[in-house]
Amino acid sequence: MNKIETKALNVYYGNGAVHGLKNVEMSIPANKITALIGPSGCGKTTFLRALNRMNELKGAETTGEVLLDGRNIYSAKEDVIQLRKKVGMVFQQPNPFPMSIYENVAYGPRIHGQRHENLDKIVEESLRKAALWDEVSDRLEESALGFSGGQQQRLCIARALAVNPEIILFDEPCSALDPISTARIEELLTELKQEYTLVIVTHNMQQAARVSDFTGFFLMGELIECGRTAKIFERPEDKRTEDYITGRYG
Amino acid sequence: MNAFEHLRKGGLLERIAERLLFVCALSSTLIVLFIIAFIVKEGLPALALGREFLFGMTWRPSREQFGILPVVISSFIVGLGALGLAAAIGIPAAIYLAEFAPNWLHSIIKPSVEMLVGIPSIVLGLFGLMVLVVFIRDNIGGYGECILAGWIILAIMTLPHVISISEDSIRAVPCAYKEASLGLGATQLQTIRKVILPNARSGILAALVLGMGNAIGETMAVLMVIGNPNIPWIPTSVLEPVRVLTSTIVLEISYAVWGSMHQHALFALGVVLFIIVAILNAITTTVVRKGIRRCS
Amino acid sequence: MALKERLVTASLCFTALVSLLFLFVVVAYIVANGIGAISLDFLLESPYRFEQGGIFPQIIGSLCLVLICLLVAVPLGVASAIYLAEYAPDTLITRSVRFFGECLAGIPSIVKGLFGLVFLVYYLHLGISMLAGGLTLGFMILPWTVRASEEAIKAVPQSYREASLALGATKLQTIRTVVLKSAYPGIITGILLGMGKAIGETAVVLLTAGSGLESFLPRSILDPVGSLPVYIYMLATQGHTSAALSRAFGASLVLIALFLAISVVALVLRNRYLRQMGGGRR
Repeated sequence: MNKIETKALNVYYGNGAVHGLKNVEMSIPANKITALIGPSGCGKTTFLRALNRMNELKGAETTGEVLLDGRNIYSAKEDVIQLRKKVGMVFQQPNPFPMSIYENVAYGPRIHGQRHENLDKIVEESLRKAALWDEVSDRLEESALGFSGGQQQRLCIARALAVNPEIILFDEPCSALDPISTARIEELLTELKQEYTLVIVTHNMQQAARVSDFTGFFLMGELIECGRTAKIFERPEDKRTEDYITGRYG
Repeated sequence: MNAFEHLRKGGLLERIAERLLFVCALSSTLIVLFIIAFIVKEGLPALALGREFLFGMTWRPSREQFGILPVVISSFIVGLGALGLAAAIGIPAAIYLAEFAPNWLHSIIKPSVEMLVGIPSIVLGLFGLMVLVVFIRDNIGGYGECILAGWIILAIMTLPHVISISEDSIRAVPCAYKEASLGLGATQLQTIRKVILPNARSGILAALVLGMGNAIGETMAVLMVIGNPNIPWIPTSVLEPVRVLTSTIVLEISYAVWGSMHQHALFALGVVLFIIVAILNAITTTVVRKGIRRCS
Repeated sequence: MALKERLVTASLCFTALVSLLFLFVVVAYIVANGIGAISLDFLLESPYRFEQGGIFPQIIGSLCLVLICLLVAVPLGVASAIYLAEYAPDTLITRSVRFFGECLAGIPSIVKGLFGLVFLVYYLHLGISMLAGGLTLGFMILPWTVRASEEAIKAVPQSYREASLALGATKLQTIRTVVLKSAYPGIITGILLGMGKAIGETAVVLLTAGSGLESFLPRSILDPVGSLPVYIYMLATQGHTSAALSRAFGASLVLIALFLAISVVALVLRNRYLRQMGGGRR
């Protein structure tokens, strides 16, 4: 069952000058991890950001459809705010707010109107799901900026979880982290997919192979090939995919 | 959902907020336009006197004579002299701070010079009146209240800006130029003279022009030390008391009858002052822009 | 180094030291002459003619003027800065708004005083009053609150905004909860700067709020009000005895001390805030 489907998705930057995504048709299955791979500038991040309409912040124009549970998120009636509640995002560089751990996680629920009494419970649940609770439960009032990179990134994940999304998008979440923190987050992803649908952009092919169920290979704005990870990595259909996997470029 | 959430859902709150913020941003613009409008309106009857006003040599309100030339010239003399003094002290000081000063000395001198800005101009004026004026009277001559005192006090006031902007301009010269020069065997002084200063020139010039604008627009400090004779004339020596644009306005505004030509003339003085300072500020911006283009 | 080099370097150093000297000479002189006039009576009583009594009404007057001034300049300044930094598109209108903001900064204070006189005192019939003085002071320092606030807001990392928007916050919520909170220290610096200018400003206050010789506390904002800088001016130019002059220095000392005290409080608040936000590692 597909959580997201894109139809004829095109994204243009710089007033039409740059054609970032060309006619992408891709399906993201529910409760699985889908990895997006490809060389730099191939459009995988653009595609990711098209899924929660974050491209609009950079003035991009989007045509085509992105169907979330059958509804086109780009239709005029759709509420971007609600969309971003449903589709959360974790960024490449951990970016916790300059506030306490508690305030960071409580931020999302609070702005969406969650009542004060429920916040403590939500914060604890989210931190547990992000495998951070044990480390910070007695330091909730400390500023988030005083923690390590790996902890900050898990905090960002907890923050995204706190608004109760259905899908979480990860934009190269481990590229700024050390190997040990990376391993912990990869473990976390595997746990999270039971409850959520995850899409992860990565330039690390081993990571994609380790962690994901499905993979999509992008090149120069086009989706070249997508399918089960095992198949993509062992028996790719397109030569370009094979070249990238075997390291001939990228 | 209460009314608030309804508004937010519709994005209406956001749009209202944006409009409101825009109106606030317009406030500066509105204020400037209002200032220009009202000052010009009040000054117009005097400005309409034309050459009699702008080039007249006698300012004698009691006899309905409103010639502002002596006052304008005095303003320039005081401003230029103060600037010269500030530049003579400030630019070498800036060079020292940027190129030679050891860190510990730099961290003492720089904040101290900047703190001068925090001293209210009236206090500096008081100091000038009690110390400078008395000193000049006892040791050099004249009444003490004179152009020279004005130069020194204004120089003290503009010094921080001159030093600060000049130092920044000198530091902004790319390291690469310095290294190239030193690598060719030039001494530090030669490097400064031939490479750094020419490149920092536009920034330093901007600092000076800005300083001139500040000096001409300065009111209280200069008022207390330059003498303000009853009938302003064009000075012939630095030991003479004079009147400047700003001091004339402050001294006479309290007893000018509202609606009289005297009052209009004082506002017209304000217009002239405004225009002079505006031109100087405009020069500053163009000088900086031109300079940057030349360097790159 | 050649002898000539040493001489030149030494003279450069000399000019720097002379600059340093100015501050100390001025401050030392004021302290030396003013400290004699300072006493509890001086601070808490009202003036009587020029030689006796204290400067209490003037202190209160100055504080009131600064308060009104900040009430105008801070909300307008921060709101303008938010618009310019977060919303303004790069159009001709925006560029002219910025241009006029810079213009306002360049207008000499006496001209702003004249404006306050003709517009607030006469045209709006506020009369020579605390309100007119405070409002004019507010107009005077507006460019500095806008500038400092805008810089502070622009310095907030873009990643914070993105994170907030990705969580489903609206632009307004993001600004209110994340951007402003981070920009707070810079905004305080701007307020401080403006306050320093306002508290020492003489010409504007003289023209719009009165000659400062009142012996009583201000009764309403529509009454003329005394203030420290104007009082100093009056003492210096119209009080001819050494007692009057010594009081002028005393008042100067109080003025400087007042400004320093407010600066220190604001800086302490700012540093505490920075520490709270920054966490353990620096």
